[in-house]
Amino acid sequence: MGQARGFLSRVLTLVAKDIRIEWRTRDSVVTMVVFGLIVLLTFGFAFDMAVVNVGAIAPGVLWAAIAFSSTLGLSRSFSMEKDRGAIEGLLLLPVDRSTIFLAKVAANLMYMGVAEVVLVPALVVLFNLSAAHLGSLLLVVLLGSVGFAGVGTLFSAIAIHSRAREVLLPVLLLPVTTPVVLACVKVTNSIFAGFSLDEVAHWLVLLVAFDVIFLALSALLFDYVIED
Amino acid sequence: MIEVHDVHKSFGYRSVLRGVSLVVGPGETVALIGANGAGKSTLLHILSTLIQPDYGEVRIAGFDLARKPQEIRRRIGLIAHKTLLYDDLSVGQNLRFYGRMYGVPKPEVINRSLMERLGLWERRDELVRSLSRGFQQRAAIARALVHDPPILLLDEPDTGLDAHTIEILRALVLNDGARRRAVLMATHNVHRAAKWGRRVAVLADGRVTVGDSTDVCGSGDQERLFETGDVHGAG
Repeated sequence: MGQARGFLSRVLTLVAKDIRIEWRTRDSVVTMVVFGLIVLLTFGFAFDMAVVNVGAIAPGVLWAAIAFSSTLGLSRSFSMEKDRGAIEGLLLLPVDRSTIFLAKVAANLMYMGVAEVVLVPALVVLFNLSAAHLGSLLLVVLLGSVGFAGVGTLFSAIAIHSRAREVLLPVLLLPVTTPVVLACVKVTNSIFAGFSLDEVAHWLVLLVAFDVIFLALSALLFDYVIED
Repeated sequence: MIEVHDVHKSFGYRSVLRGVSLVVGPGETVALIGANGAGKSTLLHILSTLIQPDYGEVRIAGFDLARKPQEIRRRIGLIAHKTLLYDDLSVGQNLRFYGRMYGVPKPEVINRSLMERLGLWERRDELVRSLSRGFQQRAAIARALVHDPPILLLDEPDTGLDAHTIEILRALVLNDGARRRAVLMATHNVHRAAKWGRRVAVLADGRVTVGDSTDVCGSGDQERLFETGDVHGAG
């Protein structure tokens, strides 16, 4: 019990540190929101809403905006630790590497959550969608974000050792998270079409399985990738 | 407290450490000297668990480096070239963060004492990025000492420090807790090595030879010393 409380306390201290830095710099969240809105607006103007089936294209637009904007935010996750060798300060801490990993995932999830709080209503307004299914949508967005943040945090840690880290992260991340994006698009599509979540349960199971497997795998591999 | 036996480390085809052995006991300060690129920082990075040796045994505070790295991290403080601080946090926030992560009881009291001694108390609310290089290095020293580690690893700790701050650092490192603390300081400044360490370890050609600081540093032929590592011939 005491060990679990100590673990949680250290994770919270690490998350609080990241949020304090983000609050001061606003590097990740502002970039994610602005980029996500640009994606939504671009697609919004590209399609003629009077002609196309908006409910069919909106899920793809939403997840493209979330995937691309999250990639931008995730690329900052460990690059900020590189400044003045703070990453070495982290690695010198007497904590298990998985503590650092989980704290980073939690912080990244929060940044993604803030961006999604702006992007989802913007999509509903821009594509003139019904807001009746926002509860179900919230579940899908949460599951998709966990998968994205889990794998993205690991790849962000891999990318910091490369000089081309901004390029490397999307090249690594987007192919691996294709099942997440695909499942999220399918479920979101069904939600906008008025189906219940039961009818797309197999996609939800895929999302949950991806989240659990890749979070566990990423936490295990993090120890090896974070060291030079 | 620091026991290094036959440690090897290569980067690609370049062999940096080729059988380094060294012991630093409690209450002892050993200066590690060598030319640029001799492997001083590599050895300190191995001792601080940041990189793994290819071969050899390292025990710190009785713990095996390969098996108990967390126990070792709890007991070491590292002052490196970089400050290891967050630019966008204040000095006080950085020290509070590290204090909490090391599980320091009442970190505020220790942090205040450290900041006062290092002349940082009035600047505790300033962002690290806004400080001069000298004050950043002072903050880095406070960070390394926040958990009062029994083992200190110093990698060119005087970088960017004025003479007054170097004396403060020396007092913090060598006087406070000096009876129990093992200190290994890497430097290429032979005179500083002689002043700080009773023993000097010369790292040359991937190996370490240890001698008395007055003998090693008194010869004046630094170039030959760094090249051959012959501490006995130096005096």
